[in-house]
Amino acid sequence: MSTDSKNEKVRGNIEAQDQDPIAERYETVIGLEVHVQLGTRTKLFCGCENRFGAPPNTLTCPICSGHPGVLPVPNREALRLGILAALSLDCDLQEHCKFDRKHYYYPDLPKGYQISQFDLPFALNGGVRLSSGKVIGLERIHLEEDAGKNLHADGHSHVDLNRAGVPLIEIVGMPEIRSPEEAHDYLESLKRSMRYAGVSECDMEKGSLRCDANISLRQHGASEFGTKVEIKNLNSFKKVVAALQYERKRQAACLDRGEPIHQETRLFDDASQQTRVMRTKEEAMDYRFFPEPDIPPFEISTTEIEALRPLLPERHWERRARFMQEAGLGEYDSMVLTLEQETADYFEAAWKALGPSQEEAKLTANWVMTEVLRLSNEKGLPLSKLPIDPGTLASLCRLIQEGKASNQAARKVFKHMAETGDSPEKALEELGLAQISDPAELEPIVQKVIENSKKAVKDYFKGKKKALDAMKGGVMRETRGRANPGLVSEILLRLLENLREK
Amino acid sequence: MSLLQLSASEMRDKAASGEVSPSELVEASLAAIEAHNKALGAFISVDAEGALARAKELEAAQARGKEPGPLFGVPVGLKDNLCLIHQPMTCGSRILEGYRASYTSTAVQGLLDAGAIPIGRCNMDEFAFGSSTEHSCYGPTRNPWDLERIPGGSSGGSAAAVAARMVPLSLGSDTGGSIRQPAALCGVAGLKPTYGRVSRFGLTAFGSSLDQIGPFARRARDLSLALQAMAGQAPRDATTLDAAAFPPPEPLMDLKGLKVGLPAEYLGEGVHPSIRAQIEAAQKTLAQLGADLIPIQLPHTEYAIPAYYLVATSEASSNLARFDGVRYGKRQKAGNLEDLYLETRGKGFGEEAKRRILLGVFCLSAGYIDAYYVKALKVRTLLRRDFEEAFTKVDVIIGPTTPYPPFRIGESEADPMKLYLCDLLTAPANLAGIPGLSVPCGLDEDGLPVGLQILGPALGDARILQVAEAFENATDFHKQAPREVAP
Repeated sequence: MSTDSKNEKVRGNIEAQDQDPIAERYETVIGLEVHVQLGTRTKLFCGCENRFGAPPNTLTCPICSGHPGVLPVPNREALRLGILAALSLDCDLQEHCKFDRKHYYYPDLPKGYQISQFDLPFALNGGVRLSSGKVIGLERIHLEEDAGKNLHADGHSHVDLNRAGVPLIEIVGMPEIRSPEEAHDYLESLKRSMRYAGVSECDMEKGSLRCDANISLRQHGASEFGTKVEIKNLNSFKKVVAALQYERKRQAACLDRGEPIHQETRLFDDASQQTRVMRTKEEAMDYRFFPEPDIPPFEISTTEIEALRPLLPERHWERRARFMQEAGLGEYDSMVLTLEQETADYFEAAWKALGPSQEEAKLTANWVMTEVLRLSNEKGLPLSKLPIDPGTLASLCRLIQEGKASNQAARKVFKHMAETGDSPEKALEELGLAQISDPAELEPIVQKVIENSKKAVKDYFKGKKKALDAMKGGVMRETRGRANPGLVSEILLRLLENLREK
Repeated sequence: MSLLQLSASEMRDKAASGEVSPSELVEASLAAIEAHNKALGAFISVDAEGALARAKELEAAQARGKEPGPLFGVPVGLKDNLCLIHQPMTCGSRILEGYRASYTSTAVQGLLDAGAIPIGRCNMDEFAFGSSTEHSCYGPTRNPWDLERIPGGSSGGSAAAVAARMVPLSLGSDTGGSIRQPAALCGVAGLKPTYGRVSRFGLTAFGSSLDQIGPFARRARDLSLALQAMAGQAPRDATTLDAAAFPPPEPLMDLKGLKVGLPAEYLGEGVHPSIRAQIEAAQKTLAQLGADLIPIQLPHTEYAIPAYYLVATSEASSNLARFDGVRYGKRQKAGNLEDLYLETRGKGFGEEAKRRILLGVFCLSAGYIDAYYVKALKVRTLLRRDFEEAFTKVDVIIGPTTPYPPFRIGESEADPMKLYLCDLLTAPANLAGIPGLSVPCGLDEDGLPVGLQILGPALGDARILQVAEAFENATDFHKQAPREVAP
């Protein structure tokens, strides 16, 4: 789904909520737990490559497949990326940290326990800023290892351990989200923060961002939370919203009937768009957390934090506000341009190359949001690899500004440049699209057209304005559309008035 | 047979000078195993072919002029919980039947790099759970001094193999006394290094915060050589210490000025009178060498056993969770996932392993962890402080290694607590992370060996080895051998 239609959809939902009868009866309370895979070169506790999509069990070793006698040695790069993620969300980094073991049996968990962080996570507090400016608080962020994957084929179950041991951060949000749509906004903002910080691709299809949701309802003004339900198996933002919408309705209906909500874990079923019980509170697991004896407690120093802080770019919401203020762009355009850091960078570089004014910003923004993003989509290339760099786009925009190319001609030039890598001037020349804006060149042509249009001239003097358009068309034909239309009108009027005086 | 009366360092020197070849040493060792293993059950498996091939390689390298390593040509036995690539490793458990290691442990690699030759795999209590080497799926190991008695454990196979002169050197692991106790009961020397000195990478974990790999030999000097080959900060074990490397110490001529601590708690009522007599004699020997004997106290000793069993079983229950038959090991047939786990683990683990896993799972369970595991950690801190306090006053601490002589095989079966109490004098060192060793210090009234335990402060391995060597030089106990293999 394109960004535009995605946002349309969300807007639609927000409007729908205004007449939402559930919202009148209950306040919705949502908290999200988001797992983000860190884009390290190697896994968290061994030297195996951290990469998606390799053939099953080709990125494994005795350590990540849990053979007897192996020991975990933490990957410092994972902690570094974790710190960057935490800083980008304004968390408080913790000086004293440790790892713990979390026990459960499942074939994709090679050691029978996951190495995670229990009571001393590496980051506390912080928040995720929604587009409304509201900040949803975070409880904590901890570092842990991913499990492998169970694959089911031809009546058998197989285990792929390529993912086992991949570094994850779990970002635990406070129950401060108040609607499924806010949850969507939260995820978009969080994803953008992670991508800006350069810690993860956050591609839900590849599983590099995963989300569990907790939801409960309560009477407006109530101080206690209602009984919460956890929803799992939410592998797209759309499903998060759909599951929360369904669950909200289900819980409201229960409460309306005076039935209690059961504390339980539910699975979202994509086919029916409903949630169903996975396990009840009584079946809740005892993970038997205890300190990981194979890894000594570790420290995060202020020096380390301060060395990393300058690596963080401007935050996406700050940049968006700046684009609105400095560049005079609208809210929607600023949002689109800041969805990805590289789009914002591209826009800003092109704008600066073109000139400082807000007008120049708008011209540049239009080109980036249309032709540039389209080209990137078509070619499947990141903006940094496009044949047209920001400086070249600025040169093209300058040709438009200076009247050397019409908008229409400029679009053709853009396509030509994308294929050939030519400069805008050369492309314009090659395509024969250079606009004629030189009065000395245009005047003889206009003169010739007037001489050949006796009837039109007569009609013009009789007061028929349309006759002027016919003569303009004649000039355009003569110049194969390259004449500067404004200049043509100007010269035409002057020469005709000269004629009238005679 | 006379070659096998040599110590590891004597063998090495003879092999290095060309007086004997590594092949001859291997053949002598294989012959001794052939002669005695049926009665003793010290080795689970022997890799004759691999050992002879390696001997030939070493000889070829020597012929090319390669400098012989510090353990050149020395045949060694490996406890069956240490990984050696492509070799079977069972940990004495049915659940690892058919398993072959996919890599080599750091400690074993150290011995290989020093020129040692692995001969075979030594028997042990299943997953090192025990003090008698009766709890192995391959049957018990017997004490070479009395075949009706246990050799101690859990590294009983490694101790018996050295005592019976099958090999001059072997490796074991010590979580609560599993090297020192069988060394004492088999009349050989055994060292548990400081926690963090030898990488645990490739040692099947029992109690991760307690486990250390260490050597058995007949001479303290050999223990030093082996420790040197294995020790060092290791990139694959985050718990190894910066200062882990171990240069072997110079021998001491005497022990003048050495302050030897005698903890009252280590010679209490629970200690068998004939063991007490030998320890008191050893105290006199040390005093004659110039040492000052200083009475000290380790007041929290009585809590060591409960704290040890809570910590060790908790960690063990977690460490053994990986044995599920999914990726390796003996998988039982089952119709669904839950049955797969139940069948595989139910049939794969023996009684003692199950008992310890259950105990550990219970200790870590919600609602109990504070009362058991967390409380045990507090006791552990107190025990550590006992030692820290003591080592401000003394250089080493001595006492018996075991409170009583070896049981008869089967004697402790009905009463596991009796066996657990064997660790009374050894487990404190594991809880505190300090080094300890056991050297022979005489025979009891039944002619069974008695061990003198020497404990040092963290990273004081060199000091306790120096004291042990001085004690050896002043006594003949290390020359004592069980009758069948006596020179």
